[in-house]
Amino acid sequence: MGKGLVQGTTALMRFIVQRDRLRLPLWLLSFVAVSCIIAFAFTGLYQNDAERQAMAETMRNPAMTAMVGPGYGLDNYTIGAMLSHEMLLMTAVVVGLMNILLLSRHTRADEEDGRLEMIRSLPVGRLSNLLSVLLVLFGVNALLAVLTAISLMALNIESIDAEGSFVYGFALGSAGMVFAAIAAVFAQLSQSSRGTVGFSITALLLAYMIRAIGDLSGGTLSLFSPLGWILRTEAYVNNYWWPIFLTAGAALALSSIALYLNSVRDLGSGFLPVRTGRPHASKGLANPFGLAFRLQRTGLIAWAAGLLLIGASYGSVLGDMESFFEDIDLMQQLIVQQSGFSITEQFIPVLMSVMAILGTIPVLMAVLKVKGEETNGRLEHILSKAVSKNRLLGAYVLLAVLVSFVILGLAGLGLGGVGTAVIKEDLQLGMFLEAAMAYAPAAWVMLGIAVLLLGWAPRFTGFMWLYIAFSFIVIYFGGLFQFPDWVQKLTPFGYIAKVPIEDVDYGVLAALTAAAAVLLIIGFMGFNRRDISQS
Amino acid sequence: MAVLKTSGLRKTFGDFKALDGVDIEVEAGEVFGFIGPNGSGKSTTLRVLLGILQATEGKAEIFGLDAWEDAVEIHKRVAYVPGEVNLWPNLTGGEVIDLFIKLRGGKPDGKREELIRRFDLDPRKKCRAYSKGNRQKVALIAALCMDADLYILDEPTSGLDPLMERVFQDYVMEVKAQGKSVLLSSHILSEVEKICDKVAIIRQGKIIETGTLKELRHLTGTIVQVETKLPIAGLREMKGVSGVTAEDGVVSFQADTEELDAVMRHISGFGITRMDSSPPTLEELFIRHYEKADQPGGVD
Repeated sequence: MGKGLVQGTTALMRFIVQRDRLRLPLWLLSFVAVSCIIAFAFTGLYQNDAERQAMAETMRNPAMTAMVGPGYGLDNYTIGAMLSHEMLLMTAVVVGLMNILLLSRHTRADEEDGRLEMIRSLPVGRLSNLLSVLLVLFGVNALLAVLTAISLMALNIESIDAEGSFVYGFALGSAGMVFAAIAAVFAQLSQSSRGTVGFSITALLLAYMIRAIGDLSGGTLSLFSPLGWILRTEAYVNNYWWPIFLTAGAALALSSIALYLNSVRDLGSGFLPVRTGRPHASKGLANPFGLAFRLQRTGLIAWAAGLLLIGASYGSVLGDMESFFEDIDLMQQLIVQQSGFSITEQFIPVLMSVMAILGTIPVLMAVLKVKGEETNGRLEHILSKAVSKNRLLGAYVLLAVLVSFVILGLAGLGLGGVGTAVIKEDLQLGMFLEAAMAYAPAAWVMLGIAVLLLGWAPRFTGFMWLYIAFSFIVIYFGGLFQFPDWVQKLTPFGYIAKVPIEDVDYGVLAALTAAAAVLLIIGFMGFNRRDISQS
Repeated sequence: MAVLKTSGLRKTFGDFKALDGVDIEVEAGEVFGFIGPNGSGKSTTLRVLLGILQATEGKAEIFGLDAWEDAVEIHKRVAYVPGEVNLWPNLTGGEVIDLFIKLRGGKPDGKREELIRRFDLDPRKKCRAYSKGNRQKVALIAALCMDADLYILDEPTSGLDPLMERVFQDYVMEVKAQGKSVLLSSHILSEVEKICDKVAIIRQGKIIETGTLKELRHLTGTIVQVETKLPIAGLREMKGVSGVTAEDGVVSFQADTEELDAVMRHISGFGITRMDSSPPTLEELFIRHYEKADQPGGVD
C-alpha cells in the first residue's frame, strides 16, 4: 500500500465513532438489554424442569424449526439451551440488519450525498473510508460479543456458563461481521444507498430462508447460509467454536472483495446498471388516491404479508396450546379464565387483539403520511392543483380504511386458515374472520383520532404511537397485571367482544363506527381551516 | 380587469408579521416581477394567493374569486412552480409531470415532449436522482405545458444554468404573447429587467415600490459619470445628488430627475471633457431602496 491507499484511516475511524457516538451505544445497549431481559424472563416463566420440558415439546414441530432453527438440547432444555435455541437466530438477524444500515450510512449514503467527495479531496487514501468503516463495525461487533457474554454471565443463572455465553456472544458478533461485509460488497455494486440496503436485506432474508429450508430437510442446505452456520455453535449445549471462525473468515474474505472492488471503481459509480423508470405515469397515478397508494405501496404490501405470516405462525401453534399452558401458571394468568371454553378458545381473542393492534399501525401510517408530505413541502404541489383539501385528506383516509379491511382480513385468514387445520375444537374459518373484522371499528376510532390531530394539532401526531403502545400494554398484559376494567376502556380495542368466548356485539361496533365518523368530520373541519405549513 | 389583486394583505405567524400590507395588481397579458431578498415575504404572498395559507387580514383575489374560499376553482386556470421543489423520491420525473397535469384536470396541449426536449430533462430518472435544477425543470415543464391563464412562479430559475434560463424566458414571452399573465418572484434582477413589464419591491412584508421599470427609474433618477477640466466643487452638497464617488478623475453620482437640470448647469461650469449617463439598473434601484430604508427616518 505504498501509494497511500489507506492514509487517514485512523482519523476517519475516530470521525465515524464521533458521528455515531449516540447511535452505536444505543444499538449495543438494546441488544445486551434484550438478551438479558429474555434470559431473565425465562427463569420467571419456567421455574422447574417440568415446565421447561413442556416448552421443549412445543418446539418439536416443523414450524418452530423453520422459525428459530433446529432443536438442540431439547432433552435437557435448560434456560441456556432455551435462550440460544429460541433467541440466537432472531437476534442475529437484527444484528445483521444493524450492520447493514450502519455500513450503508457510512459508505454509499455518504458517497451519494457528496460528503465522501469532500473527504476524498483531502489527503486521504482511496480505500481509507471503506476500510475505516469495516474496522469500526468489526470493533462494534466484537464489543457486542464481549458485552453480551459478560452481561449474560452476570445474571448468575446456573445453566448460563462462561463458555456458552462467549460462544453465544461471538456467534452474534460474527454474524454481524459477515453482514457488514456483505453490505460492503453491495455498496460497491449498487449505485445508491437504497440499492445497497435493499440488496443486503434481500441477502439477509435469503440467508434466513435457505437456512429454514435446509433445517427442515436435514441440514445440508443450511451450510450455505451464514445464519445456518452460527446455529451450529449450539451455545450452552455443545459450545462449538468452528462456526464462529468460519463466519468471521467469510467476513474477512468478503471484505477483501469489497476493498478490491472499491479500488477499481470511480467515486460515485457502481457495477450494477441503474434501472430507469417509466417516462409516463400509469393510469392509476392520476388522482390523490392513486398517489397516496403509490407512495406507500411497498410498505403496505410488506405489512400485509407480515400480518398474514404472523397470523399463520400463531395459527400453527394453536394445536399445542393445551399442553403448553397446562404446566405454566404465569401463562395462564395472561388469558381470561372462563369456564366452558378450552384454553385454545380462550387464547384466540388474545392473539386476535394483539394482531389487531399491530395491524392498526399500517392504518395509522397510511393516514399520517399526510403529515410527512406536508413537512417535506409536497402537499403544496397537490393543493396548488385543482384538488381540494377534503379530496386530498379523503384520499388518505380512504386508503387507511381499505388497509384496515385488508390487514385485519389477512391476519384472521392466516390465524384461521392454519389454525383450523391443527386444532381439535370445532371452529370455522368464518369465526376467525368475524373475530378479526370486529376490530375494524376500533382501528377506525384510532384513525379518527389521527385525523383529528392532523386537522387541529399536527405537531402532536406522534401521540398516536404512544397511544398504540398504551393500547398494547393494556390489552395484552391486562390479565397479567390485573388492571381494573375501566383501564381497558381507555382504548377502543377494549370494547371489542372476545370471539369465540363472547358474541360479536354489533351495537358496540356501530357506536365505535359513529364515534370514528364524528372524529373524522371534526378533523376534516380543522384541516380545512388551517394553513399548510411551509417546508 | 385585474387578473390578480391583493389589498392590505397581512399574515402573521404567532408574533411574527410575515406580511404587513401587500398590495399588488396583475393585469391580463402582463409579466409582473416580484422582487425582494430572502425572507421578505415573497413566498408567503404567493402561498396566500394559492390558498395554501390563509390571510390574517386583507383580500387576495384571482380572476375575481377569493384565493382561500375558491382555491379549487382558481387552480383550474393557474399553474404554479414553488420556490423549493421537493418531489417524491420514488417517482420518475415523467410520472410527476403526468400526475400534475391530471390533478389540474386539464389536458396537456401537446407541449410535454417539446418541453422535455428543450429543457433537456430525462423523464425516466427517479426524482431522488435529480439535482435541484432538474427538480425545478420538472415543476416548470408541468406548469408550462398547461394551458393556464395565470402562471405563478416562485424563483423558477434559481437552479437553472444560463442556457436553461434562456429557454425559460422564451416560454414566458410566448405565454405573454398569448395574452396570459405571469407573476414571477425572483432575486435575479437582470432576469426581471429583461422579461417583466411591472415590478414590485417587497421589504419586511411591505411593498415599498411598485410600477413599471420606467416609472421606477424616473423616481430614482440617472447615473452620471463625468470628467471635467477643474475639480467639481460643491457637488455633494447639491440637492438631489447622491452616491458621489471619484476615481482617476472620473466623478460618478446619481441625480434625481427633478434636479437634473440644476445639477448639469452646475457641472458645466467646471469644463466637461467627457460625460456618460445611464438609467440605473434594477440592481442599483434595489440596493438604493434598501439602503434608504435602512437609514433612520427611511421607509419604516
